[in-house]
Amino acid sequence: MRRVLSRLFWIVPVLMLGACKLEVLAPSGYVAAQQRDLLVISTLLMLIIILPVMALTIYFALRYRASNERASYSPDWDHSTKLELVIWALPLMIIIALGALTWVGTHLLDPYRPISRIDAETEVPEDVDPLEVQVVALDWKWLFIYPEQGVAAVNELVVPVDRPVLFSLTSSSVMNAFYIPAMAGMVYAMPGMETSLYGVFNSAGTFQGMASHYSGAGFSQMRFDATAVDEAGFEEWVAETQSGEDRLDRLSYLQLEEPSIAVPPATYAGVEPYLFDRAVNMCVEEGKICMAEMMAIDAEGGTGLAGTMNVASLTYDKYQRRGSRAPVLGWEPFQVTGFCTPEDTALMFASADEPSAAPIDLTRLRGRAVDAPAGPLSLIEGSRALTWLMPPTNERAEADTTGGMAADETL
Amino acid sequence: MAVEDLAGLPAVPETSFLLGRLTWQAIPHEPIVVVTAIVVALGGIGLLALLTKFRLWGYLWHEWFTTVDHKKIGIMYMILGTVMLVRGFADAIMMRLQQVMAFGGNDGYLNSHHYDQIFTAHGVIMIFFVAMPFVTGLMNYVVPLQIGARDVSFPFLNNFSFWMTVGGAVIIMASLFVGEFAQTGWLAFPPLSGIGYSPYVGVDYYIWGLQVAGVGTTLSGINLLVTIVKMRAPGMTMMRMPIFTWTSLCTNVLIVASFPVLTMTLILLTLDRYVGTNFFTNDLGGNPMMYINLIWIWGHPEVYILILPLFGVFSEVTATFCGKRLFGYTSMVYATVCITILSYVVWLHHFFTMGSGASVNSFFGITTMVISVPTGAKIFNWLFTMYRGRIRFELPMMWTVAFMLTFVIGGMTGVLLAVPPADFVLHNSLFLVAHFHNVIIGGVLFGMFAAINYWYPKAFGYTLNRFWGLVSFWFWVVGFWVAFAPLYVLGLMGVTRRMRVFDDPSLQIWFGIAAFGAVLVAIGIAAFFVQIGVSIWHRKAYRDVTGDPWDGRTLEWATSSPPPAYNFAFTPVTHGIDTWWEMKAHGQTRPAAPYLPIHMPSGTGTGVVLAGLATVCGMAMVWYIWWLAVLSFAGLIGAAIYHTFNYNRDFHIPADAVARVETARNRALDAAGV
Repeated sequence: MRRVLSRLFWIVPVLMLGACKLEVLAPSGYVAAQQRDLLVISTLLMLIIILPVMALTIYFALRYRASNERASYSPDWDHSTKLELVIWALPLMIIIALGALTWVGTHLLDPYRPISRIDAETEVPEDVDPLEVQVVALDWKWLFIYPEQGVAAVNELVVPVDRPVLFSLTSSSVMNAFYIPAMAGMVYAMPGMETSLYGVFNSAGTFQGMASHYSGAGFSQMRFDATAVDEAGFEEWVAETQSGEDRLDRLSYLQLEEPSIAVPPATYAGVEPYLFDRAVNMCVEEGKICMAEMMAIDAEGGTGLAGTMNVASLTYDKYQRRGSRAPVLGWEPFQVTGFCTPEDTALMFASADEPSAAPIDLTRLRGRAVDAPAGPLSLIEGSRALTWLMPPTNERAEADTTGGMAADETL
Repeated sequence: MAVEDLAGLPAVPETSFLLGRLTWQAIPHEPIVVVTAIVVALGGIGLLALLTKFRLWGYLWHEWFTTVDHKKIGIMYMILGTVMLVRGFADAIMMRLQQVMAFGGNDGYLNSHHYDQIFTAHGVIMIFFVAMPFVTGLMNYVVPLQIGARDVSFPFLNNFSFWMTVGGAVIIMASLFVGEFAQTGWLAFPPLSGIGYSPYVGVDYYIWGLQVAGVGTTLSGINLLVTIVKMRAPGMTMMRMPIFTWTSLCTNVLIVASFPVLTMTLILLTLDRYVGTNFFTNDLGGNPMMYINLIWIWGHPEVYILILPLFGVFSEVTATFCGKRLFGYTSMVYATVCITILSYVVWLHHFFTMGSGASVNSFFGITTMVISVPTGAKIFNWLFTMYRGRIRFELPMMWTVAFMLTFVIGGMTGVLLAVPPADFVLHNSLFLVAHFHNVIIGGVLFGMFAAINYWYPKAFGYTLNRFWGLVSFWFWVVGFWVAFAPLYVLGLMGVTRRMRVFDDPSLQIWFGIAAFGAVLVAIGIAAFFVQIGVSIWHRKAYRDVTGDPWDGRTLEWATSSPPPAYNFAFTPVTHGIDTWWEMKAHGQTRPAAPYLPIHMPSGTGTGVVLAGLATVCGMAMVWYIWWLAVLSFAGLIGAAIYHTFNYNRDFHIPADAVARVETARNRALDAAGV
């Protein structure tokens, strides 16, 4: 009933505006449709109070105009407990209703929450996994990587109808927002971070997709067509793409990443594995340490004092896109390879804690992106840093506990 | 299009010791900017020539620039706001024109380098240099009068604050003619505003302009806060303060508590840009999301800083023109305090889409909605003040009714945006743009026009022309709706903000309507200037001798128009909320002799000097002219210390001078038969 009502109400503005495309009010995806429903219900809830207020404003303004001598006039009437209760309680009640709706709606429509329904009538079948699409916001175009299919596309998104899609979002440079109004809401794509958005298309067609957060000179043209096709059409598109020639590897990604405006759609027949993970970890470029690796190293105790200075392999876009310009008031990046004498070194590290006494050799850490902290490149196991940053081993834990208890008893 | 050509400027500019990175290249070559620069330069030279010809420099310096009189400083703030409104509105017109042109392959008349500066400048100028000076100026003028004080607590600080605000405006305006302004949006989110993506001077202009002005705003917040707490007339307890003073109090609490956050956030961004720290960088442990959090922790209270004083204005205007006590004074006060507190726990609603969890989003969504409860109570209170009143539809009251009808729509769309799932489809869209213009124009600007029409007679001693006021009113109100209703529709079509060019030709008609609305608003602004001009021309005919043209209720109407430098010859005593109304009701006569000498603060040029040095320092930092920055900063500190040894701070207005002024007023009142 509720849905029927809300559908009826959104038809009204659509009729009023004739042929124009109110994608937010008439979306093609179930997520966006639910978001629309909330929008409409909230509006109606608020109109309950706003329309009478507007009507009363006009009525009072006319009725109590100075020239209307017949209207009553009580210049000293300034308080009525009953009325005050009503004017505080009325908005409060609306807000309580709206608040409850918000709490439930926000949790159900959390972009991180896997979709359980394709549309109002159909649940997602158990054997259907969401299609994974990895999205990288580049300056100023969108890169879509299909990890299962091993293909990629620039400024062109093709997804099957009625199959949930999981977008994993990141950005290579500045903040951006990924937005297909007809499908699901928008979520920010941010450098060095990964966000998610679940969405689904319920009808075939081509819809506008865009960057909705200002990102620089080419922002206006950072748009793409989101095409929803049936399952067969999608297979066909994948096959056609796979038969292409271009491959997206780390080098070609770095070339693609260079700022460019109004980039025509293009596809890649193959994608280097873990490219998206590298983009998230800011280590596509050769010689850069992935963030996840660095976190694993830090979790183990870091690279000591020398590590605070040897940051060239961690610097991403600090001063200039991929450059290494010095700060305005500062010095050129440099690499510390050693101190003058062993005595200096000893002096330098004298106050440091034991696990960082020797800088960790980083050479073997440079490799593919890993999930922090566990993974093939994690150093946690068997390391001396264990005693400092990880839960203590049983022996030590017991010793600590008894020691602590003894101390308590003496107190 | 080659990206390097966009700015036409080198990414890594050469710097020299003497001029830093200031080179001939810094002078803009874009024809529109060049023409603007020439026009402004000619206008400026003309103005200076006129001032010199009529020998006005001495008068301006002694009577205005160095004054510590809160009334004159308030008026100067209003003039600053008006001048900057013209600049900010010119930006708006340019954006409207670009957006209506740039369809289907047409690139419009602005390239992205220029257009992106314009929308950034529009936001920065309208908030920091139009709305803030208006609000501060209004509070400066009215609050001491309403509480029966002779000036603010720290008169010199007041002058200094004003000139710092001017200094910030000068820095922002300088960016139009030397270098460029930021191309980041009005809050300059990193990493885009970091040195890697905005290497040239734009963001530095933004930072130093806001920092210099921010010092002024913070100090003026402290000043007015102390004034309201410490300098009220005898008998004026907190719950007898006029409602405008109450809202001013809350606003200044907000200023004092939130502007330091802005200052600190910008300092961190400055460190990132100048010395290579990593607060908001992508790499080396920086986190740009932190900036967005911090800036909105300032940014959300900021919108209440802007609107609360105007809520006070509407309360004063409604009560006065309905000839009736304000309905629910107590609940009005509590609503204001509620809004003040709640404004600190809603900032996250500006970035629901940044990936927070559902519980966090719901929390901030619901706190945001809760604000609409006290706001709704306020609307009802105005409504029931009108109920059984005798409403005189003078201009301030008309603006108030227009506000009530407009603001509720803006409030409704605001609550819509506070529902996170709805925000997911409307965030960053033109719906959002329409919403905040709906509350800022419908609330702050309509309020300013109500306030200007209401208190202008107090400030200058003659009322404003009604006909041109009506023209301005109708063009503004209708123009606002014509300009922004299409943006609501466009937002629902999934059109996002800050776009320079469009593909879909079906959108063009809506931008056309919006542009037409902007033209209507332009006529409204022009009519406002005509209204002021006509009123000055006919000031003798519009003269108000009584000092109380509207049959007012609060203390500012008890003194003459314009008030004497000392405001009140005798400190008034308060027995209720509507002090002046009650005095009139009890037939109180004006107190007369014996007049006593009145202790007053002396004017000083130090504020101008300090703010001038701060402006130079800011400009030097923008252009990397380090020697000048060090020198001007040292000069700033030195001049501030030097000023502390200035013991020539106050004087007494002799009793016979007071007697002369008061007797003349008594005679004028008698002649007018009051």
